[in-house]
Parts: sequence; C-alpha cells; structure tokens
Amino acid sequence: MVAADSEGPKDPGIRMFRRERSIPLQGSAAALCNNLSVLQLPARNLTLFGVVHGPSAQVLSAAPDGVPLAQRQLHVKEGAGVSAPHITQVHWCVLPFRVLLVLTSHRGIQMYESDGSIMVYWHALDSGDAPSVQAVFARGIAASGHFICVAKGPNIVLSEELAGHQTPITDIATEPAQGQDGVADMVTADDSGSLCVWRSGPEFTLLTRIPGFGVPCSSVQLWQGIVAAGYGNGQVHLYEATTGTLNIQINAHARAICALNLAPEVGKLLSAAEDTFVHIWKLSRSPQNGCIEVEHCHSECVSDTQVCGAQFCDPSGSSFAVTGYDLTEILRFGSV
Amino acid sequence: MSVRTLPLLFLNLGGEMLYILDQRLRAQNIPGDKARKVLNDIIMTMFNRKFMEELFKPQELYSKKALRTIYDRLAHASIMRLNQASMDKLYDLMTMAFKYQVLLCPRPKDVLLVTFNHLDAIKGFIQDSPTILHQVDETFRQLTEVYGAISAGEFQLIRQTLLLFFQDLHIRVSIFLKDRVQNSNGRFVLPVSGPVPWGTEVPGLIRMFNSKGEEVKKIEFKHGGNYVTAHKEGSFELYGDRVLKLGTNMYSVSRPVETHMSGASKNLASRTQESIAPNPLAKEELNFLARLMGGMEIKKPSGPEPGFRLNLFTTDEEEEHAALSRPEELSYEVINIQATQDQQQNEELARIMGELQITEQPRQSTTKGDDLLAMMDEL
Repeated sequence: MVAADSEGPKDPGIRMFRRERSIPLQGSAAALCNNLSVLQLPARNLTLFGVVHGPSAQVLSAAPDGVPLAQRQLHVKEGAGVSAPHITQVHWCVLPFRVLLVLTSHRGIQMYESDGSIMVYWHALDSGDAPSVQAVFARGIAASGHFICVAKGPNIVLSEELAGHQTPITDIATEPAQGQDGVADMVTADDSGSLCVWRSGPEFTLLTRIPGFGVPCSSVQLWQGIVAAGYGNGQVHLYEATTGTLNIQINAHARAICALNLAPEVGKLLSAAEDTFVHIWKLSRSPQNGCIEVEHCHSECVSDTQVCGAQFCDPSGSSFAVTGYDLTEILRFGSV
Repeated sequence: MSVRTLPLLFLNLGGEMLYILDQRLRAQNIPGDKARKVLNDIIMTMFNRKFMEELFKPQELYSKKALRTIYDRLAHASIMRLNQASMDKLYDLMTMAFKYQVLLCPRPKDVLLVTFNHLDAIKGFIQDSPTILHQVDETFRQLTEVYGAISAGEFQLIRQTLLLFFQDLHIRVSIFLKDRVQNSNGRFVLPVSGPVPWGTEVPGLIRMFNSKGEEVKKIEFKHGGNYVTAHKEGSFELYGDRVLKLGTNMYSVSRPVETHMSGASKNLASRTQESIAPNPLAKEELNFLARLMGGMEIKKPSGPEPGFRLNLFTTDEEEEHAALSRPEELSYEVINIQATQDQQQNEELARIMGELQITEQPRQSTTKGDDLLAMMDEL
C-alpha cells in the first residue's frame, strides 16, 4: 500500500494516515457506489457500519479501536418479482428525534430502527407499472430536516414525489441550512451528471439546476454552500450551490468515482474511486473574495481493490473506513 | 439491476469457451476437419437467430446454475463430449477470464469492445462458412443497435450487474498467475499505471475558475499512480482496431490450461447460505431455459460420424482426480426440478430436451418426467 503526501505548504493539522485494525464482514461488498454507510455514536463509544453484499446487507457495530461488537444481516422483504432482489443502498438517516436505518432495493424501501433490529416502515415500488426495458429501483437516500428522501428512478419519493431529473438519481446529500432549525438544503445527482439543488422545508423548492455533461455523477456532498460532485470520469467538481457556477475542477482519479464523504467540522472531503485510490482534500473559502478553495491532503492506495465505499469515521476527519468489491472486510485508517 | 446484461454475459463467456476448446482440440491432436466441425457446430448454435432473439429480450440475469446449463448444452452441440470434471474446469476458466476482463475494462462501455474482440475472433474460426459468418455479423448489428444507444450511466449499471454475478469467485488460473495478472490469493491485480480510459484526464491537476467561467489558476498534486493519456479510442464499427486487448485470445500461444481448486473462497458462510435456501426461482429459471433452449437448434449427430471425448486436463487420471477432489463449495449443482407442478411447461422442456439426442448409455425410464429429470441430472 502506498501513502503519499501532497506537495506545497502543509497545514500542521493535516497528518498522514496509517492502516488500522480491519473489521471482518460476513459477506463481501458488492460493486455498487456509495457502498459504505457509517453512523458515529461518540456518546456511546460506538461506530455503526452498513455494507451491501447483494441480496443482503450487513449492519455491524464496533468499538473505537475497531473491535467488532454485534452484527446483523438484513434482507429484502418478500414480494412479487422474477429474479432475486438486490439491495442497492443502506444508509442511516439522522432525523431530529430519531435515527432510522434505510435500505433500498428493487422491491422498495425498508426502514428500520438504527440498529436494524425492527422494521418500522415498508414502501413497495410498483413493480407492475415499470416498463421492462428500464428497470426502476430505489437508490439514493438522505435525511433532510424531518424528512427522509429516497430516490426512485428519476424521482424523489417523500410524502410526495419531486420531479427534477430526467435520468435515474444516483445520490442525495443534505445539510442543515444556515441558521434555520429543521430546514435543510439538499442536492441530488443523476446518471447523466446533472445536479439539482433544493431548499427543503414544508415544501421543497428547486433552487439551482446544474447541467451534466453525459458522464454519470455517482456521489454528491453539500457543505456550507459548496456542492462537491464525483463523476464517472474520475473528476471532482466543486460548485457554488446558490448559483450553480463551477469553481473548481479536479482531475482526481483515473477511474469512476464511487464515493464522496465530508467531515463537516473541518471541511475535509474524501473521494474514493475504482482506481484503488482514496484522496483527502481540504475545502475552504478565500477570506478575500469568498471563492471556493481546495487543497490536496493525502492519497491512499488500497492495492488491487476496486473501492466501492468510503466514509469518515469521526466529524474531524481523523479516521476513515473503506470497502472494496469482493473484499470481506472493512479497512480502517487512522491519523498518525 | 440492468436488464440489458445477458447478451454481453452470454457472448463473452461463449467466446472464452471457444478459445479454450480450440486450444484443447489442438493440444489433444484432434484432426483439423473434426476440430473445425466442432467449433462450427457450436458457433452455429450460439448465433442461431431464434436463440439470439430470446437472448436480447430485456431481462434480469438468472442464476449461475441456469447459465451453466446452457453452456453444457452448447458444448455438446456437436460430436465432441466432455466429462463432468472437464466441463467444470471449462466453466471455471470461462468465468474467471470474463470476470478479469470486466474488472479491468477502463470504461464501463469498453465491455462492448471486449465483446467485439470475441466476435472478431469467432469470425476467424468460421472463415469458410459464409452462412454462419452472416449470423455473427447479424448479431454484431444487433449489439450495435441495442448498446449504441445506451448511456454511460446504464453501462455503469451493466458493469455492476456483471460484477455482482462474478462476486466471490476467486479460482486461481495458471495462465493468470504466470502473467502476474492474478495474485496467489485469487484476487486480480489492478495496475495503477498505463493509459487512462478514453474521456478521462490524467489525475494530478486542480483547475480553478472565476464566476465568469474563466480559468484563473492551475495547481498540481501528487496522485500516487503513474498514468498517461490514452492514445486513441477503440473502434465500435463492424471492422476496426479495438485498441483494447481484453477479450482477445490469450491461449493462442499454446500454454497449458490449468486451474487450482484449493482455497478458492474463504468465505463459505455466504455460499452455503445460497445453496441451502430453497430456490423459489426454479420455475422461473425453467421458463427461461425452455425459452432460450427452444431457440437452440441442436443438430443431431447424423451418419457414421463417431464422437470423441475432449479432456480439459493433460491426462485421464488427472481428470478423474479432479472430479473426486473438487471442493464442495465449487460444485455446480444442476437445476432441481420441483415436483411436476406445471405439467405443460415441463412437457415443453421435455420435448426440447427429447430432440437433443445424446448418444450415452440407454436409460430405463417410464415417464417423460423421469426422463427429463434423469437428463438434467446427467448435465
């Protein structure tokens, strides 16, 4: 494994990372995008991890040093269908008063208590209506204020459907709006690379539309008015959320990006791709003109592994975890 | 997952099968005309128009068992016979080869170039048969029509669907180990050097723009890999330089074809889970097989043409030993037909199977159902 430092002036707060104890998985990770979800529970000295294997997903808890504590396998709910259903995403949604674990698949949307113990909600997708040529399934989960948003094909399903995309949505990201409780901004990305920025609330409004360029956007993040988007051609773009202007274009990876994640306390961005690399970036705004700035902090090569998921494990971004296709463990990295 | 995956899966696995059979036919010194006949018969069956029609219908991928049944049938489309152990080995090699190709495709769309590489080589096997050549070109045209219109996002989904199909397969292949494209633990090597995919920039550059969209600054960063720009894009035309080497015949330099069975899958828990659970899809899979094989017009061996047995191993003893020592988790179980629920559908399948005369030892059976079960068990 290769860990390279970036050139240029170094912020003393940014350190190198080293491999730490891996967490074994019951089933290998599937080659899906955003295939690692992490719920940090510092008050309970626990971290929860969620990984999709295929027809099942695994939810497990681990101690801070990576020792696994408990694990559970979740499956797609029974229902009509021709072939074996596959789970497309598993994700924790932190709502104001509770945390729910959301699981999406071809059959529909399943919601559980945060530890996956009890299913509390089930929404079936209309399998009959969907035309057979274009398989429609749920993919893309986020919590926005009081709402849980799940994408179904090109639409977002809440208590109503939000139309804004023409091609299937790949990912959704949210962030609490500045200074307002229970209201959040949301950004959605799709297979053609288009992005939509929404203001959520009792009603959702489309704020900005950022056109794509024919390359799928597989992962998106939102931080302090900055939209970070990862594309199938290995690029990371940073846009101004309010105007949709492209501020920064990074030739970050040599293969499709599979995951982006943020450490919101410090504005660190993590990008992971099928090229076996994970990069860490520092986002900021210029004190002079408020323009978006970025600095490369760290690159990690996970040898011979097609990474499919990566997430920070703490809000200051001093540790992160990685999953890879065919890998039966969650790799963990911590700051030196 | 994608409902457009099956044609790509079938054609590429079929292509690999032909590469391996061609190599073994030569290694076993089968007379040229017999070898050509075997390949011609298989290719003709593969590209049969009715069969292709069924294949190209939008549908989800079926299980490995169902797919294996089709290749068993295909491999026996001529006077050649394969024992169970050889058939197992053939299927192992086919699947690991295509898994490797999918994994290493620079762009998801490049799986189409891999398919074209296979088709180009197949056309090389049947140069003297204009009718079959026409069938292959027809399939080519169909591929272009279907996949030419598919978006990059859909190709990404197809890639994910294929990788899902190949998940947890880590059989070590001698040729891959020797060429250092596979590690001793069965995982493939993913190089971090070489040309980037067509349409991707070499990593290492950060470009900054102002609100008017003008570039104002460029910064470089150390990426960690050693990539270069791609020279040119592979051709998606009927004829052309594919540029990509994946999908071309790696057996053409006559190298022994071996596999190592041990330590293939460390994670047995998930595998056993799959095979123990009753298969509610058995009926759906039977429908699928009936449809697909209904279009497969297998020629009956006619005249005094004697059949022959092809061995994927170097000696008969090796083949016997392989059959006895194959690890449990790698056994390809045949499709179990649950009690004759759908009499009509089973009769249909029985009729299709009945038309395929396999000159094995005669079976004693009373009912059509038993016949069918017996036939399936022999696969």
